[in-house]
Amino acid sequence: MNYFPDEVIEHIFEYVGSHRDRNALSLVCRSWYRIERCTREKVFIGNCYSITPERLIQRFPSLKSLTLKGKPHFADFSLVPHGWGGFVYPWIEALAKGKVGLEELRLKRMVVSDESLELLSRAFPNFKSLVLVSCEEFTTDGLAAIAANCKRLRELDLQENEVDDHKGQWLSCFPDSCTSLVSLNFACLKGEINTGVLERLVARSPNLKSLRLNRSVPLDALQRIVARAPQLVDLGVGSLVHDPAMETFAKLMTTMNKCKSITSLSGFLEVTPRCLTAMYPILPKLTSLNLSYAAGIPGSDLIKLIRHCKKLQRLWIMDSIGDKGLGVVANTCKELQELRVFPSDNIGQHAAVTEKGLVAISMGCPKLHSLLYFCHQMTNAALITVAKNCPNFIRFRLAILDATKPDPDTNQPLDEGFGAIVQSCRRLRRLSLSGQLTDKVFLYIGMYAEQLEMLSIAFAGESDKGMLYVLNGCKKLRKLEIRDCPFGNTALLTDVGKYETMRSLWMSSCEVTVGACKVLAMKMPRLNVEIFNENEPADCEPDDVQKVEKMYLYRTLAGKRKDAPEYVWTL
Amino acid sequence: MARKGLGFEITELRLGLPGEPKSLVSTNKNEKKRMFSEIDDNGEKEKKSNTGGNLKTTESKAQVVGWPPVCSYRKKNSMNEATKMYVKVSMDGAPFLRKIDLGMHKGYSELALALEKLFGCYGMGEALKDPENCEHVPIYEDKEGDWMLVGDVPWEMFMESCKRLRIMKRSDAWQIEKTYIEIDEIKEKNV
Repeated sequence: MNYFPDEVIEHIFEYVGSHRDRNALSLVCRSWYRIERCTREKVFIGNCYSITPERLIQRFPSLKSLTLKGKPHFADFSLVPHGWGGFVYPWIEALAKGKVGLEELRLKRMVVSDESLELLSRAFPNFKSLVLVSCEEFTTDGLAAIAANCKRLRELDLQENEVDDHKGQWLSCFPDSCTSLVSLNFACLKGEINTGVLERLVARSPNLKSLRLNRSVPLDALQRIVARAPQLVDLGVGSLVHDPAMETFAKLMTTMNKCKSITSLSGFLEVTPRCLTAMYPILPKLTSLNLSYAAGIPGSDLIKLIRHCKKLQRLWIMDSIGDKGLGVVANTCKELQELRVFPSDNIGQHAAVTEKGLVAISMGCPKLHSLLYFCHQMTNAALITVAKNCPNFIRFRLAILDATKPDPDTNQPLDEGFGAIVQSCRRLRRLSLSGQLTDKVFLYIGMYAEQLEMLSIAFAGESDKGMLYVLNGCKKLRKLEIRDCPFGNTALLTDVGKYETMRSLWMSSCEVTVGACKVLAMKMPRLNVEIFNENEPADCEPDDVQKVEKMYLYRTLAGKRKDAPEYVWTL
Repeated sequence: MARKGLGFEITELRLGLPGEPKSLVSTNKNEKKRMFSEIDDNGEKEKKSNTGGNLKTTESKAQVVGWPPVCSYRKKNSMNEATKMYVKVSMDGAPFLRKIDLGMHKGYSELALALEKLFGCYGMGEALKDPENCEHVPIYEDKEGDWMLVGDVPWEMFMESCKRLRIMKRSDAWQIEKTYIEIDEIKEKNV
């Protein structure tokens, strides 16, 4: 390859898209590093504190698309106190200063101020796509700036963000000249929107393929909007509540009948079950269905609906579908690849889904590779069966509602069941455990889970050995998050070099002490070891022997961060 | 602490290490800590203490922060429409009443925060834990018309029986309690 001129190598590199492959290319030799860095347009940064924006801009002058992730994953479950960090403003500021031709920005678990959105909207004339997932601190004012100033905007995708709705007219801020929208998702906004303005926006966006509405959009507006966008591929219904006027409902059904291209359906943030029949015309073509926010739909209605969805590849649903309903899914959705079953809010009801539902799915859906399953109980026998039926799992996340529940049939821990999963699923990359578990399960994981990259552990294990099995065995481990386990200093300190091969480690309510964290921080200068000290006054230094409530460590080239709040100690 | 009749035992969490005997009344220090963690739910700086005995503000089933692992956004937004329960809230000295949706909150700590936000009266969280020492005391009228101190019964029971809320000045609260005690004494005398 040394004899090829640079332009040829550049051209070949154009075909290499994935950032992992690109990273690999850059390590081959100096000239490949140089060519790769000059041609790289998309960069993924899994931890925004692992590197400074300046260094990023210096290395990749052609940067057009940036993905950033901020808070640790357990922030989703209220384990990270407010104000921890993950501010995007310094990044946007640096990108603006560096005159980067930014076109795409994707953020997850970051703090996004209106100020940063405003700067974003003004500093990058070619800006096309903004995707915000699980972010917070911005309001509809920031969205108004994006709408008003990004003349080439194609995508505005807001997923599960906490947005303060200032009841301004942000939608009206899209100028009449804006006709380039391809994707608009504002399902997470809580406030009212002007449906007339939305209709006109949709009418002048011929390329609109994806539209996800919030709950303020009623049935009649939905009908008018969808009527103007028969080319839609992905639809998020806001509210589907009974309209007293029967003609509106009939109109909606007719409109849905004309939507020949919709393959993805979601939303139903407010729904009257019998209104679901309006969706029946599009069900046979659906490949993706998300009913996980549609509270209050009885299992029987869900089952009726699912029978029409023979082409489903992705299904997100609530556990009110029940084991029986999952049996129907297994018989109907033979193409199913991803399943997520979420717990409904009903406390004290009869167990909604158990191991039986999962076994049925594994028997009927051989292509299943991604699972998130909240259930009331699980057995070893079931897991062993699932492992045999579905050897292709890439993501396997089990959340038993009673976190330390053993196998109800045998009263044994679930070690053997999960052991079967990791032994059978050679391509497993992500695993979340629950139920009663001893150190044995970690022995199995260390032995068999060769491709494992992310592991989430809660209320499991018996001794430091458990954690050590994992650290020693899983060579490809990148993220390890542990809560409420009896893992302590020996486990933490036995192989300190391991952490530089990983993105991050989270340990909360374990047996690790302040002193051990200090030792670790001293030995590994390229790790930031953060301890969260929420309860003592900020200037009070905890004892070395004191147990650490929460610790988050990550590799970094950026050194100690300067934006940590008072309660975070970087050792 | 489990109320067998209400079927909560299915979802009851045992917080001991695997293999430990299932004890309903646990004196495990960690478990008490976890219960107070529930109050920390919103990341507020609240004092953690280990007085496990008088946990008036926790629910009957031992709940733990962050389990089951459902993201907070999803938790807030998956509420069934049928669980909307708006009740009036009055505060002594405030010119008008407010309304609050009990169904929106998962427990006393969230309610305390919501009340604080509504009326700007800080210390509601502390009042729930230690009503003896706070300026404002939350009380509620139950289905039988009696005025009760907020925090004594499990959250679900409170949600079902609460008709309206009142944030009362502590001095007034003691006055009412004194009156009830006097009424009871009179009743006893007349029996």
